[in-house]
Amino acid sequence: MYAAAAVLALIAVALAWPVPIALARASWPSRTPGRALALWQLIALAGGTSMIGALLLFGFAPFVGSGAADAGLLLSGLISGPLPTGVGAVHIVALGAAVLLGAHLLLNLGTTAVRAERSRRRHHALVELLSSPVPGRPGTRMLDHAAPVAYCLPGMHTVTVLSEGLVELLDRDQLDAVLAHERTHLRQHHHLVLLAFTAWNSALPWFPIANRAERAVALLVEMLADDTARREVDAATLATAIALVGSAWGDVAHADVLGAAPRQVSATGPASAGPQASPPVTGAIGARISRLLAA
Amino acid sequence: MDLLWDAATPLTANELRAALEAGGAAAGGRDVAATTVLTVLSRLETKGFVDRTRESRPHLYTAVSGRAEHTAELMHEVLGTASDRDAALARFVGQVSPEEAEMLRTLLASRDQA
Repeated sequence: MYAAAAVLALIAVALAWPVPIALARASWPSRTPGRALALWQLIALAGGTSMIGALLLFGFAPFVGSGAADAGLLLSGLISGPLPTGVGAVHIVALGAAVLLGAHLLLNLGTTAVRAERSRRRHHALVELLSSPVPGRPGTRMLDHAAPVAYCLPGMHTVTVLSEGLVELLDRDQLDAVLAHERTHLRQHHHLVLLAFTAWNSALPWFPIANRAERAVALLVEMLADDTARREVDAATLATAIALVGSAWGDVAHADVLGAAPRQVSATGPASAGPQASPPVTGAIGARISRLLAA
Repeated sequence: MDLLWDAATPLTANELRAALEAGGAAAGGRDVAATTVLTVLSRLETKGFVDRTRESRPHLYTAVSGRAEHTAELMHEVLGTASDRDAALARFVGQVSPEEAEMLRTLLASRDQA
């Protein structure tokens, strides 16, 4: 029993630290984002269960009977004492930790889901008040705002929201690319995956891997949506749309949200960059663009 | 809702209905039933967009906050600058740092010239 508990604990530690680090650093996830996304979910699920399982195995090690009988024995021992022979404080602590960890993770998932649903409803109501439907495109609404944004709202009535600023910035093909991208998010229910990882991150705020996992998953989801959109539209068009919206973003995000027009974009780039040398764009958005252009 | 936002004073359901019909007449003319107006108003009230004074009869309706405030709330969520991170919206392009935006502009410029 102790050996099995130790093996499970080892697995849990491996899944909590070296494995996610290696996965976050690997380059293959950007080529097969679907597989990487599945692997992240597997790691999170297996990591959690193996940690709880190791604690349970350790705690129940002194017991010899079947699981249910052991639990009954433990409960009666805890309530009216004495504890079965060989059961020490460490075992009780381990069992308590297993129960607490499991409950904490599940409760956090629950509250995150409820909060997300509440704010999604509120947002949906706001969108209905402030935007108008786009003729000829069911499930698409136009928001009268200068900032170029596009996003989708999951739920009973899924909505893709575009802003006036976006329509002004992009041409027709690029808009189609954006819509194809957002449709994929809705169709593949990406918000559920993101929700699980957000919950995991908020349940373990002191655990840097949870944060890293959340960011990695968010990027993979975008790459998946890019890949599906690429089947309908030209990859270069999609990449240009991403770059255009991204380059306008820097100004929008720092301008006042209420201000009508974003600050004028400076037309000249850094003097050092030659016209032909396309500079490497870093960060999540750079990763998305370079894989689209490389394909 | 637009009418309540534009109106300076609180309106009654009947005044709203008249204004709606006047607006509708311009766009082809349609009758608006008083019950429809009341239903929409009560739905807006539950969602917290409309306030109703109960002292007077008929009840007077006002918009809780202006269109600009609502737009600001919406855009804060959309741009990810809202204080609560619950609204994890699937944006087409997420947050971009100023340095990244600069690099993207250079990339676009070099592609235009190529």
